[in-house]
Amino acid sequence: MNSEKELILNIKDLKVEYRTEDGVVKAVNGLDLEIEKGKTHGLVGETGAGKTTTALSVLDLIQSPPGVIVDGIIELEGKNIRGLKDKEMEKIRGNDVSMIFQDPMTSLNPVMTIEDQIAEVIEYHESGGYKEAIKKTHEMLTLVGLPPKRGKEYPHQFSGGMKQRVVIAMALACRPKLLIADEPTTALDVTIQAQVLTLMKNLRNQYDTSMLMITHDLGIIAEICDKVSVIYAGRIIEHGNLVDIFDNTRHPYTEGLFNSLPNLKDRKAKLKPIKGLMPDPTDLPTGCPFHPRCDYAMDICSKAYPEKQYRNDQHFVECHLYNDDNIEKGGLIKRG
Amino acid sequence: MWKYIFRRFISLIPVIIGVTFIVFLIMNMAPGDPVKSILGEQASPEAIEELREELGLNDNVLIQYKNYFLGLLRGDMGTSYKTKVGVAEEIGARLPTTAKLAVIAILIAIILSIPLGILAAVKQNTWLDSLTMFIALLGVSIPVFWLGLMLLLFFSLKLGWFPVSGASTWQSFILPGVTLGFLSMAAIARVTRSSMLEVIRQDYIRTARSKGVPYKRIITKHALRNALIPTITVAGLQIGTLLGGSVLTETVFGLPGIGRLMIQSIQGRDIPMVLGCIIVFTVAFSIVNLIVDIIYAFVDPRIKNQYS
Repeated sequence: MNSEKELILNIKDLKVEYRTEDGVVKAVNGLDLEIEKGKTHGLVGETGAGKTTTALSVLDLIQSPPGVIVDGIIELEGKNIRGLKDKEMEKIRGNDVSMIFQDPMTSLNPVMTIEDQIAEVIEYHESGGYKEAIKKTHEMLTLVGLPPKRGKEYPHQFSGGMKQRVVIAMALACRPKLLIADEPTTALDVTIQAQVLTLMKNLRNQYDTSMLMITHDLGIIAEICDKVSVIYAGRIIEHGNLVDIFDNTRHPYTEGLFNSLPNLKDRKAKLKPIKGLMPDPTDLPTGCPFHPRCDYAMDICSKAYPEKQYRNDQHFVECHLYNDDNIEKGGLIKRG
Repeated sequence: MWKYIFRRFISLIPVIIGVTFIVFLIMNMAPGDPVKSILGEQASPEAIEELREELGLNDNVLIQYKNYFLGLLRGDMGTSYKTKVGVAEEIGARLPTTAKLAVIAILIAIILSIPLGILAAVKQNTWLDSLTMFIALLGVSIPVFWLGLMLLLFFSLKLGWFPVSGASTWQSFILPGVTLGFLSMAAIARVTRSSMLEVIRQDYIRTARSKGVPYKRIITKHALRNALIPTITVAGLQIGTLLGGSVLTETVFGLPGIGRLMIQSIQGRDIPMVLGCIIVFTVAFSIVNLIVDIIYAFVDPRIKNQYS
């Protein structure tokens, strides 16, 4: 049904495990994700839901051992890139697909000047040598709002927000087709968050880059994304566009995420956090992994994993509450 | 930076005062009489008394130390009780031998240990890792004198590749250098491995990989420089071990260096000579430490900041 859409990234049935001494951590369990060209796709979920693992899988950067991609297909512009040789993968990293990491404090090499760190990615993927790369680096620094003359300084001489600008400059230096941003603003304070988000938005439009925005912040999703996938225990449990997810919420877990946000209109309203914790990924519950925490759980929920149920041609939910008759109407949970 | 280096040199003065004073006290309290050791057990009481007076040994320890230290300030390290040769002269003649030995040993240690440490870290939990760490374990457990004797037996006596004793040719320094370097090599390799293991799990290594930098380049360019700080620290400390080790190594290989001079002087209760050797070791160790601190600044820009 998605044949007309042009996909930049298509992940099918991805399974990733961390094989540790304490047991097999099933981080990603048959995840499907389609990112359309030029769109910004939000991936939202709790800590430990498998967001970062999914992102790292795309670039084959999972720490191994213990991490193993067990199964699945990862297609970049229709070409499978899973299991490519290191050499081929290195051509994709930083060039076709690049990544912004969560913590700018630790993601830059402390003993290299920032211009050398940015120039390095240009040097590897473009001809022209070091001098040309430095010239481009200075253009990139200006683009992200840093004076090029500071390029000779080291990461410890920059603030967190500035470091994240450096990381963004580095990620966009080779004009990647896909930018994976793994919680790019989580480690920054709120005013800087807004600046960095605006910067990313502008650059995305300017460069026409597709983006996978990983976050646990629904505000960021609303601000910057076109599509949203909600991830729980390594699977996409609800997916749709902003209107689908925000106004026609179907999955009880998505509802729980919204209820966990403070309500600015009714400040006396109590927060309703989702009860319980993420299930232990070494020992996932049978059936729907969310059922032990779900207010609407039924008998079947602990027995069988729910099928995808489509509300329209894209909005789907994996939940036993819904069937062909009631999915359109909704109203089974308090939201939507 | 220069200010920092100057400050460090000034701080050497109290160190030398402290070290010489402690050694002076110990030598005075230790059993055995320097005068008897010079004149022999059969010497007459009058002769002994005369020499004691001449050497100033009848004075209070503190006064003796004061006289010694005043001499030191004038650049006079005293004369040997035994040979009547100036301490500075004797040490000057022997210093090159020990310096050569130490430099060869530390070079052997560094050149071998850092690649071994990196290899062990990159190939963690493989047979290569186990082998490297086994060699390192041997290195820290085998006593210097035993290893020296074994190497002598095999390479000098059996194969005849190297001279058995003396310091006349450069070949004379190979076996002592290996003997002494092996110990330090082991220690440095272990530290390089563990700090490398820590560094390659850091976020910035993942960032470098996400840029498409080949893994080998990541290890040599991104990881190694970050992993070097602990390695340099230990290499610096090893110079101290090396100086201690030189005492044994020089004895085993019959090298006329300061280590052997010190042993002979201690046995003969030749106090000025012992003190002279100790001062040389102290200054050498301090200078090495200073060099290590300066190297830090070049490896890590964050440390450079603190110096200026």
